[in-house]
Amino acid sequence: MDFGYPVLTILIAFPLVAACGLFFLRAPQVVRYYTMAVSLIECLLAVPLSGFKLNADFQFVEKIDWVHQWGLQYYLGVDGISILMVLLTIAVLPLCVMCSWTYIGKRVKEFHFCLLFMTASVLGVFCALDLVLFYVFWEAMLIPMYLLIAVWGGDDRKYASLKFFLYTLAGSTLLLAAIVAFRITGGTFSIPDLMQMNFSFRFQFWAFLAMALAFAIKVPMFPFHTWLPAAHVQAPSAGSVILAAVLLKMGTYGFLRFCLPLTPAASEYFAPMMIAISVVSILYGGAIALGQQDIKKLVAYSSVGHMGFVTLGIFLFNQRGVEGALFQMLNHGIVTGALFMMIGAVYERSHSREISKNMGLGKYLPAFMFFWGLMALASFGFPGTNGFVGEILVFIGAFEQSTILGMLLVPGALLAAAYMFRVSLKMAWGKPSTAKTWRDLNAREWIYLTIPAVFVFWIGLAPTPFFKVIDPSINKLLEDFDSRKVAVVETVQPLQTAAADVLNVTAEKE
Amino acid sequence: MNFNITALVPELFFLCMVLALMVQSLGSREWKPPVERWLPFGACAAFFVTITGFHLHGTMFWDVYKVDLMSQFFKIVITFGFYVVVLNASRQPTLAEGKRADYYMLLGFSTFGLMLLASSVELITIYLALELASYSMYAVIPLRAKDKGAAEAGIKYIMFGAVATALALYGLSYIMATQHTTHIAELMNKSWSFADQPMAVVGLSLFLGGMFFKLALFPFHFWCPDVYQGASNETAAFVATMPKMGAIVVLCRLAVLLKPGLEITTILAVLGALSMTFGNLSALAQTDIKRLLGFSSVAHAGYIMVGLVSGTPEGIGAAAFYGMAYLVMNLLVFWIVSRVASDGRNLKLTDLNGLYKKAPALAFSLAAGAFALVGLPPTMGFMGKFFLITSAWDHGYNWLVITLVLNSAIAIYYYLSLFRHAFTEETTPSEVAPPDNGWFASAGAGMLAAAVLVIGMIPAPLFNFAINAGKTLYGITVTFSGGGH
Repeated sequence: MDFGYPVLTILIAFPLVAACGLFFLRAPQVVRYYTMAVSLIECLLAVPLSGFKLNADFQFVEKIDWVHQWGLQYYLGVDGISILMVLLTIAVLPLCVMCSWTYIGKRVKEFHFCLLFMTASVLGVFCALDLVLFYVFWEAMLIPMYLLIAVWGGDDRKYASLKFFLYTLAGSTLLLAAIVAFRITGGTFSIPDLMQMNFSFRFQFWAFLAMALAFAIKVPMFPFHTWLPAAHVQAPSAGSVILAAVLLKMGTYGFLRFCLPLTPAASEYFAPMMIAISVVSILYGGAIALGQQDIKKLVAYSSVGHMGFVTLGIFLFNQRGVEGALFQMLNHGIVTGALFMMIGAVYERSHSREISKNMGLGKYLPAFMFFWGLMALASFGFPGTNGFVGEILVFIGAFEQSTILGMLLVPGALLAAAYMFRVSLKMAWGKPSTAKTWRDLNAREWIYLTIPAVFVFWIGLAPTPFFKVIDPSINKLLEDFDSRKVAVVETVQPLQTAAADVLNVTAEKE
Repeated sequence: MNFNITALVPELFFLCMVLALMVQSLGSREWKPPVERWLPFGACAAFFVTITGFHLHGTMFWDVYKVDLMSQFFKIVITFGFYVVVLNASRQPTLAEGKRADYYMLLGFSTFGLMLLASSVELITIYLALELASYSMYAVIPLRAKDKGAAEAGIKYIMFGAVATALALYGLSYIMATQHTTHIAELMNKSWSFADQPMAVVGLSLFLGGMFFKLALFPFHFWCPDVYQGASNETAAFVATMPKMGAIVVLCRLAVLLKPGLEITTILAVLGALSMTFGNLSALAQTDIKRLLGFSSVAHAGYIMVGLVSGTPEGIGAAAFYGMAYLVMNLLVFWIVSRVASDGRNLKLTDLNGLYKKAPALAFSLAAGAFALVGLPPTMGFMGKFFLITSAWDHGYNWLVITLVLNSAIAIYYYLSLFRHAFTEETTPSEVAPPDNGWFASAGAGMLAAAVLVIGMIPAPLFNFAINAGKTLYGITVTFSGGGH
């Protein structure tokens, strides 16, 4: 559909241009209203995306030569997998502005600049169909996120921000090498073109590992997750919201967009490993979350578990699993985003994130506890909420794969219920109550909590529209995957080949 | 001898300017010529004259001097660098009043030598041009008023320089003795495998050693951090950027000899890998900003090797492009260092604390410069690095490419600390001269930062220029269709 103007470019460019406008403003309050207006306009600019046709093609495609001689293109487009992420990103922006309305007291202008810059680059990541363009946006997002943590974060912000930056950058350096290798081997940077090609297994083996490292750090999967709790705990609440709702999704999005279509044989080969790591993430995240005293840390570890469900769903390679993964991505964005906003709200009252300093809120902040209870239920997948839809799909997918795998997930789900109940019970009825003098939610807080709550029920009770959007793309993804995953396995002993590769390189070096 | 004076207009213009400086350097106590009044305009004019000469070509002086796309590309870069260096140095606080004209004259002669170097296609000519560029440097480095460290740096530079030049000359004699020619165009057709011509390969390695000294490639880098630290900030800006352009252009021209798989190419690749790793690891421990930048430039010299060993026109083009990116990024960072140290002191990392508050424009530009040096998009540094690794992939040195990308991960730490101190540290050291926050400082930093960002987003015109320049070195005729895509 042609709207007569480049929809995606405008979506990406508008926050950037508007962010530059911030430099001409002075009063903090004006800055807040201005950014709020910008984020609402951004939502309006996303309205043309409702013209998305329910098929598996890339839509709203824009293609301009960038560096012709090198084959770089400015190539944007969305399909069923990315459009939900684009909408989620846009929807999160106004919520972030609202939840930092009073939370952020210093350097307000720069804070909102970072928010807008961040949104633009994340949108770019989800829309880019050129590998290099993808990488440009992927890296550009690091700087504002670093600043969000390092300037407006908690006491230990230096450590947390540095760790975040180093982990993510170190992970993505090899991604760049993989991108270059794809270009030299496949002859193009264009993702849709590369999706049609068959690469040798040896190539896929290394390309998969290089990409999976970058994405696994971003998700984060079990051994690479340590930056996440640090970053979440120290980040201001808007930073946590963006981090949880959008940034982590970039990793799983990467798996769906790159690993499965570009390196199907290697994905198949590594699937048992990825599944094992996902299960470990689920159990480990849940178990660690159970022991936390800090609410924010608890939710951060719960993220590790939830993202484990997503990667698990992806690497099951069946319809239910991948659908579940996408739903879980969306749900986690909504629910965990809301939980972090609420932690921000309660932190403004108690100035502490300890559970023991935030007990017995039920009597004094009933509205707050209503939303908290709702989100906690959604978080561990209570039927009727959105979390249930995602989790049940992954469960079905896992049981389709093997009963044992399915059984392994059950303790994961139980743990989720256990840690969420533990913190919620204490917050609602724990004694002694610290909340006697606190005010309940004000109008602004009502607004920014109602929006995710609506989605919790919508996706939980009537998920059909969402299925309609994602199903064509998922079907195409899996069909392509099934037809190509075994076609090119040329060697029966991939590990030996890999070892030989490494030895050759070291031999050459000497 | 075919002599075409129009092809030499940029050089001649520059020579006239340097001669004018020479006359003014005769100034006495009565006559103090106002050099800084006119020189920035002159340098700017030289830059534009060189740009208008971008399409010139011709070979002259018995084929030792060749004006082609590669030479014009680097002449544009060099005159641009000179322009920025002159502007930067015009506010130099640590330069004795009576020495200003001499200072600029020496810078000018050195730059002139580099311009000649860009066009030299014969080893003896290269050597002579290199010496012209070096001798002035030896005199410039100690020119920092009341500073013993500068004298030490000057002596170090002379000693290392003398040894490196001697090595290069020695190597040159071997090449001449075994290959019977010193013209690069003829050397291109000779064998450079160690089995066929062991002496020639040794000779070329030694000759390249002279270039590596200029480029500060490991293990010829020892002068680099010390000289940066000892010389005044403004002089360091010159030393850090300009002589390296000379070395890069010569290496680009010699790279046509380096087919992938040859022993000498592998040596270069290994040196490149060592250089980037060593440079980055050493830079991690630095607290003096100029030393940090010194080690970072050792690493960057290693990155440039990645393009040179690929043995393709694209690789050479990528190396040339990265050379330009390196110049702009470093000039940007040194501009900020010079402005923040408004009294000419050496800066520690902690001196940057709270810069975002004291001089927002400088701080923002510093961010652009630091992230460009890391190679984060959307900056010139990213594009340069990206072109380098794309051109080098699958030409036998994939491990070098992997080393490069892994090095970016090491490098981020110390570049990030520049950024971190400027933006997130609040405790400011007391009783130091405040940064220069005037329009001159901000405008210069802003424009350089804009260049870094804009070329990072739209690299096509300049990059095509560099690629075409690389192609001319291989004798591929380029149909010139201007800039654009």
